[in-house]
Amino acid sequence: MKRFWCLFFMIWPVLALYVCWIAPSMGWWFPFTGPTGMKAASPLGERIDDLFYMILYITTATFVGTQIALGYVLFKGAAATDEGNTEKAWYSHGSHNLEVIWTIVPACVLLFIALYQMDVWAQYRVKDSFPSETKQGAIAEVTARQFEWRIRYPGLGPDGKPLPLMPEPQPTDLYTVNDLHAVVGKAVMIILETQDVQHSFFLPELRVKQDAVPGLDIPVWFKASKSGDYTLLCAELCGWGHYKMKARMVAETEDKYLEFLQNLTKSQNYDGVPETPAEGAPVASAAE
Amino acid sequence: MSTVDPAIVTTGGHGHADDHGHGHGHHGSFISTYVFSTDHKMIGKQFLITTLLMLMVGGALALGVRWQLAFRWEAMPIFGQLFPAQGGQIPPEFYTMLVTMHASVMIFLVIIPILAGAFGNFLIPLMIGADDMAFPILNMLSYWFMWPAIFCFGASFLSAGYGAAGGWTSYPLLSALPEAAPGSGTAQTWWLFGLTFVGFSSMMGSINYMTTIINMRAPGMTLFRMPLTIWAMFITAILQSFALPVLTAAGFMLVADRMLGTCFFIPSGIVVNDTDPTVGGGQPLLWQHLFWFYSHPAVYIMLLPAMGMVSDMLACMSRKPIFGYKPMVYSMAAIAGLGFIVWGHHMFTSGMNPALGMTFMVSTVMIALPSAVKVFNWIGTMWGGRLVFNTVMLNCIAFVSMFIVGGLSGIFMAAVPVDIYIHDTYFIVAHFHYVLFGATLFGCFAGIVFWFPKMYGRLMNEKLGKLHFFLTFIGFNGTFFPMHLLGVSGMPRRYADPYLHPYLEHLLPMNQFMTCCAILMGFSQFILLFNFFYSRQFGPKCGRNPWNANGLEWTAPSPPGHGNFESVPICHRGPYEYSDPKHSEDFWLQTDPPAKRGEGPATVAAH
Repeated sequence: MKRFWCLFFMIWPVLALYVCWIAPSMGWWFPFTGPTGMKAASPLGERIDDLFYMILYITTATFVGTQIALGYVLFKGAAATDEGNTEKAWYSHGSHNLEVIWTIVPACVLLFIALYQMDVWAQYRVKDSFPSETKQGAIAEVTARQFEWRIRYPGLGPDGKPLPLMPEPQPTDLYTVNDLHAVVGKAVMIILETQDVQHSFFLPELRVKQDAVPGLDIPVWFKASKSGDYTLLCAELCGWGHYKMKARMVAETEDKYLEFLQNLTKSQNYDGVPETPAEGAPVASAAE
Repeated sequence: MSTVDPAIVTTGGHGHADDHGHGHGHHGSFISTYVFSTDHKMIGKQFLITTLLMLMVGGALALGVRWQLAFRWEAMPIFGQLFPAQGGQIPPEFYTMLVTMHASVMIFLVIIPILAGAFGNFLIPLMIGADDMAFPILNMLSYWFMWPAIFCFGASFLSAGYGAAGGWTSYPLLSALPEAAPGSGTAQTWWLFGLTFVGFSSMMGSINYMTTIINMRAPGMTLFRMPLTIWAMFITAILQSFALPVLTAAGFMLVADRMLGTCFFIPSGIVVNDTDPTVGGGQPLLWQHLFWFYSHPAVYIMLLPAMGMVSDMLACMSRKPIFGYKPMVYSMAAIAGLGFIVWGHHMFTSGMNPALGMTFMVSTVMIALPSAVKVFNWIGTMWGGRLVFNTVMLNCIAFVSMFIVGGLSGIFMAAVPVDIYIHDTYFIVAHFHYVLFGATLFGCFAGIVFWFPKMYGRLMNEKLGKLHFFLTFIGFNGTFFPMHLLGVSGMPRRYADPYLHPYLEHLLPMNQFMTCCAILMGFSQFILLFNFFYSRQFGPKCGRNPWNANGLEWTAPSPPGHGNFESVPICHRGPYEYSDPKHSEDFWLQTDPPAKRGEGPATVAAH
């Protein structure tokens, strides 16, 4: 029976490793329904994934090592009580050298892991290290509320380009709900706010997450590497409808993005009188 | 008195009752013995039974959560009738309450009190050779303050619709403005009062443990001859007494925000559910700092005692001295020290100063070091031992094995950039269940079986114990291991219906599998309860030292009377002198006088 238990304790790590091994092919890995598949949909996201894999390799090696060591001592310890084996257990209070080794080696590895992360973190959160494209200002203000995302874009100027986003709402501003649009392949910044409780802005495919804290305006930047629809949801418990703060982030080309803003302007300025381009067009030209 | 009949002990306790300052020992014996007892052993047992019952409550709540994740919006069998849900369904308001109360019950009414309250109370005086705690009445109060806490949490369930639903972290403003979570009106306030009572209880316990351990050790019981359990309890008590006041203060501030409109945590101009804008002046991040300043050390409060207990049991069941006793003590102290400067790792995505994120990352990653040292030492302890594969040992090995997973998955979250992605996903749920259930609860299961003979003078049933372990271990891994994968798949926590989002739809079958495992695990706890209460009445009687262990507690009768020891025990050596070649047996009680010069094989080596 004792060997059954030794085996029992060895089977589960093998099973765990096997499950992790097949996980990507079973779809139990990074989200894969987005435009880029299982690969992160932003350059920063890719670097985050790389760090994830680095830690995964180190921890897997440690896991395998410790489980093998555990298995070894278990089988050896089980054999020590076999019939006819009357020798006492090894009378040892430890080993100073071993203690030193298994303190210093993990310490170095851990310190390396910690220092290796700094760069990506700084790029993601420290404003001075934000990509230069974001210095032009935010493209939109995203306000979370129970249980939706309200997005305020600046209106289009006379030149057809978006005006700068003002901290206070402007008459020209454009609004959508649960529909965030951004230009693909370009680092864009949003200002994240909340109208009521705490929420969290989570783009799983881009590996972006930032809490929206009451009373704070937090800049968040991201860069979608491929156009398409991405998931946007809430990652901080915000009440009963937390799960249904379902929204999308659409990454599209600059032209499409401007077109989207133009259409938004049109629909927002729509005054109820149906446009009749067949008659209206010549009138407009006559006025000129 | 070589062996003491349990029946005699319960009445025999009276003789000593007057020593402890409560004069009613000679009348109302049932009340003073079983209810308002000042005997640390009775208080420990009261804590143990209370927490085991609460474990079942918390487990039932967890099954509610799991049910919804596997069979969303379908009527839940059995429990659906008990919960005030619509036709047995779990509406989302109720789901957030389930999540909140599962965590609250498990953390505040199970894990913390079972370790410090049950095992701390029972073991500290016995293991250091004292006749009782330093402050027996304070000790009794610490148990009885649990009940107001239980009632407050219970009131939170029953009042105002659905109960507290702000998560166990109760982040403002969800918890600060009653309008933010309709149905949680007074419930959240009750919850906060419950938390405060748990705090009182813990604080009274901590003061008692520290005083007892510093002042009441038996002659010869130097600090470095203390069992690691006692070191762990000592360090835990220090942690608790320094961290807890912060939470208590924060709790009162939040109550004031809710009831008096003080706005400590509420900024201005917030509009919740179309109410008037708040006056404001506060900052919700302040709560997070204060809350985690307690609740991160609390994670170690929920772990260190189990680490200590497992160290003792592993050494005994390996018939070997603990490997690296002093490194074990130092690493526990290091965990406690570092534990105070890592709270910010819960807030990496919260919008606090990003430079803080870096410092908290370094301290958090480094706290993995003492944990790693402990794991290596546990494996070292088993190395070359004569292992006894009984229920105690199996649970201890599970502790080590599961703690490795929980510790390693922690590194992912300590690394801030990776945490950006996995924060608030199921990865973190997997991580803390591996630590709190996989490590702590398996440690507690082992501890219950190991010290049960000392509690009741009888052994627990070995077959049932192994069956319970087997089913729990399988159910546990089946439930919690896939959570890592859910987390990597980006499934957020606390979602009543994650499948609303297309990228999570394919995870439904996995969640159903996990729920089946959770049901298996939940129901196998009845085996433990049955074994516990059955063995208490009908288990085989045992002598003082059924495991051939070394600690002072094993020199007392099983169960010990009020006052514990017949005479003051004198401690001659450390608690881990197993298989000493100088000694004829493979254990050497701490109280055994040293061998006389020239006796036995002492001349073999000058050790």
